[in-house]
Amino acid sequence: MQRNEHQESNQEEEPVPGMQQLLDNPFMLLFLGVLFPTVFYILWGIMEIISIPAVK
Amino acid sequence: MAANMFRQCPDSGLFFHKSAESLMKAHAVFGVVYLLLGGFLGLLVALTRMPSLHILNAEDFYLALSIHGTAILIFWIIFFEMAVLYFASSTLLRSRPATPGIGWVGFLLMVIGSTLVMVAFFRGNSSVMFTSYVPMPAEPIFYLGLILFAVGALIGCFIFLATLVVAKQEKTYDGSIPLVTFGALTATIIAIFTIASGAVILIPTWLWSLGFISHIDPLMYRTVWWALGHSSQQINVAAHVSIWYAIAAIIFGAKPMSEKVSRTAFLLYILFLQLASAHHILADPGVSSTWKVFNTSYAMYLAVLASMVHGLTVPGCIEVAQRKKGFNNGLFEWLKKAPWANPVFSAMFISLIIFGFIGGITGVVMGTEQINLIIHNTIFVPGHFHATVAVGTTMAFMAITYFLIPVLFRRQLIWPNACKWQPYLFGGGMLILSLFLLGAGTLGVPRRHWDINFSDAALQFQFAGTAITMMGIAGLGGFLAAMGGALFCLIAVGSLVFGKRLDPGASLFSSFGFPMAASCYNIERPGKLGLAPVEQTGDGGIQAKGTFVLALVFLAAFVVYFFINAKYLSSIWPMG
Amino acid sequence: MSILPPSQKIWWKEPIHGIEMMWIIIALIWCLVLFAWMPYWHVYGKQNLSNESYKTAPEVFEGKANAMAKAHTVRTDPKSNIPVVHPPAGSDVYMLGRLWQWWPILELEKDKTYRLHLSSLDWQHGFSLQPTNINLQILPGYETVVTITPDQSGEFAVVCNEFCGVGHHTMLGKIYVK
Repeated sequence: MQRNEHQESNQEEEPVPGMQQLLDNPFMLLFLGVLFPTVFYILWGIMEIISIPAVK
Repeated sequence: MAANMFRQCPDSGLFFHKSAESLMKAHAVFGVVYLLLGGFLGLLVALTRMPSLHILNAEDFYLALSIHGTAILIFWIIFFEMAVLYFASSTLLRSRPATPGIGWVGFLLMVIGSTLVMVAFFRGNSSVMFTSYVPMPAEPIFYLGLILFAVGALIGCFIFLATLVVAKQEKTYDGSIPLVTFGALTATIIAIFTIASGAVILIPTWLWSLGFISHIDPLMYRTVWWALGHSSQQINVAAHVSIWYAIAAIIFGAKPMSEKVSRTAFLLYILFLQLASAHHILADPGVSSTWKVFNTSYAMYLAVLASMVHGLTVPGCIEVAQRKKGFNNGLFEWLKKAPWANPVFSAMFISLIIFGFIGGITGVVMGTEQINLIIHNTIFVPGHFHATVAVGTTMAFMAITYFLIPVLFRRQLIWPNACKWQPYLFGGGMLILSLFLLGAGTLGVPRRHWDINFSDAALQFQFAGTAITMMGIAGLGGFLAAMGGALFCLIAVGSLVFGKRLDPGASLFSSFGFPMAASCYNIERPGKLGLAPVEQTGDGGIQAKGTFVLALVFLAAFVVYFFINAKYLSSIWPMG
Repeated sequence: MSILPPSQKIWWKEPIHGIEMMWIIIALIWCLVLFAWMPYWHVYGKQNLSNESYKTAPEVFEGKANAMAKAHTVRTDPKSNIPVVHPPAGSDVYMLGRLWQWWPILELEKDKTYRLHLSSLDWQHGFSLQPTNINLQILPGYETVVTITPDQSGEFAVVCNEFCGVGHHTMLGKIYVK
C-alpha cells in the first residue's frame, strides 16, 4: 500500500502519456474512427468504381 | 435541481438516474419485442429450409426471411444497444444523462421507423431481404422507415457522447472512464460511421423509389450499403465484448489484465473493424484486388488481432480472479468451479466461446480474398453470422438481461430452473444450426433459397445427399434455438409481469418504460465514483495459464481450418 | 474491475502480463501469415478473382450473347427451350442472368481456357457453379470477365445464389464439359 501512495503522489506531477491522452479523448477517437473507414473503404472504393472502363 | 433523481440498487450498488433508467427500459423492452417477432419468423425459416418439412410457400418464405433478418440484425440489436449505451454512460459513470427529452425523440423515431419498415414488409411488396439490393424495388416507406430509425439511433449515440461530457464536467468520476464505458464508446463511434453510411445510400435510394432519381448504381449501392450492413454488426462486436468485460467484473470482481492492452484493442476496432465490410464485395466485379486485400485483411488483420486479444483477456481476467479466490488447482479448476448454473455467467461464456471458435474463425476464412470464391452467398454465410450475432451478441445481451431484470426493473426472475437451462438450450441449438449451415455451405448450398431440390425449375440439379441431410439437422438446431429464444422471452416478460417485487415501487406499468414510484428516488447526487482498488497481485500477477492453453487450442483450430479451406480452394477450376 | 475507472490514474505505464504479451506476439505472427497468404496466392495460386470488368448496358451484353448463340448453337434443350452453345475452344463465351434463367447453356471442352463474360439484364444475381463451387456476384450494368479452365468433365449447374424475387429458386443454368 505504501508503494501505491508513493506512486500516486508521483502521478500528480507526471504528465499523462500521449497514447493515454488519445484514448481518454472520445472526440479524437470519433474523428479517427470516421476518418479511417471513410478514406480507405468508402472514398477509395468509390474511386475504384468510378474508374471502371466502359465496355468496348 | 433539488429534486432527487437517483436511486441506488441495494443488490448491485449501481446508481440509476430516473430519466436514464426509463430510457434504458423502453429501449430494452422494444428490443425484446423485435427479438420475439424476428425469432418466431426465424423458426419458420428454419423449418422451411429443412427439406423434409418445407412448411412455407415461396412467397411467404422470402417475406419471413426478409423480416427475420431485419428485425434481428437491425431492430433487436440496435434497440438493445441503445439501452446498453445509457447504462454504460449514465449508470456506470453515476451521471445524469444529457438531454433525456431528446433521448425520447430518438426513441420515438426508432419506434416509428421500425414500424414503417414492418408495415412495408407485411403489405407484401417489400420482400427484398435485409440487404434490399437495388434495382430490386421496395416500397418508399421501407427506405423511409430505415432512415427514420437510423436518425433515432444517431440521436442516441450523440446523447451518449454528450453524457460523457457532462460526467467529465460535473466530475462524477475519478481518472479515466471504466473499460466497459470505453467499449461502449467504441460501439458508438462505429455506430456513427455506420449510420452516416446508411444515410448516404438510403436517402438517394428512397428518392429513387419515389421516382425522383432514375438510377442507383448497383455496385455503388453494395459498397456503401455494406458500410451500414456489416459495420452495424461491428457495433455488436464492440458492445458484446464490453458486456463480457462487464459480466466478468460483476460476477467475479475481475479486473482487466491490463487496461492498456484492452483499450488498445478497442482502438484497433475503432480504426480498422469497419473496413471489414469489404468482405461482402470480394466476389463483385470492378473493385480491384488491392482495395479488397487491403480492406478485408482489416488493414493487416489488426482488428482480428484485437479480437484475439479480447478473447484472451476476458477469460484471462476471470481466471486471475478465480485463482485469487483459491481455485488454483491444475489448469482448469477456475473454470470448473465457475457458476455454470447462473445464466448471467453461462450465457456470457457460451457467447464468448462460440463467437471466437466458430464466428471468428469462419469470418476470417471467408474474408480471405480468394477463399471467398468457394463461400460467397452460400449458406456458409448465415452459418457464420448465427455464430457471431445469434450466439455472440444475442447471448451476451441475454446474459446482461438476466442481470438487469432484478437490478434495473427490480423484479426477481421467475422459473429459476428454466433460467438455468435456457442458455444451454439456445446456445446448443444455435451451435448445431451454425455448424451444419457451415457444412452445407461448404458443399455449395445457396443462402436465401426456397427450394434446393429445384422441383419447379426447367433444368435439374441434385445437391449431394450429405448437403440435404445437413440442412435437415440445421433445421433441427434452429428449432431448438427457437425454443431457447422463446423461453428467454417468456422468462423476461414473465419476470416483468409476475416476478416478485424487489422494491415496493416496482409495479407493472411503472417499470414498463416509465420510472418507478417517485419514493424510490431518494438520492440527489451519488458520491463520486472512485478509482478501482489497487490489487496486490504478487510477482507479476497470477498468470492465466489455463486461458493461455485454451487460446493455443483456438489458434490450432484456426490454422487447421484455414489451410483446409485453402486446400479446397486449390481443387476448384483454375480461374483468374 | 472493468466497470470502475482504472486503479491508476496513469495506466498506460502499467506492465503487461507475460502471458498476454506472448499471446499478442503469437496472434500478430498469425495475422501476418494470413495477410501474406493473399498476395502469395495471387502469384502462386491457380484460383483467383478476376480484376477485369467493364461498365456495360443490358442491351449491349444481350447482343453479344445472342451473337455467340447464333453462331455456335448445336442443339436446344428440349425441356427449357434454351439453346446449347458449343463455342470454339479458347474463345470468349457469354452467359447472362435474367429473371429467372441463365442463358444460354454452354458446352465447353475440358482443359481448354475460356474467357467467360457474365452480366445481368435486370436485378442482381449470384453465379454459383456446382458442384465445383465457384461463386460470383453478377450485377446489371457491369460485365465481369473470368478466365476459366474447366479441369473436370461432366454436367455442372449454375445455381442463382443471390435473391432475385419470387422465382429465384427456379433460376438454374447448365454448363457441360466434355
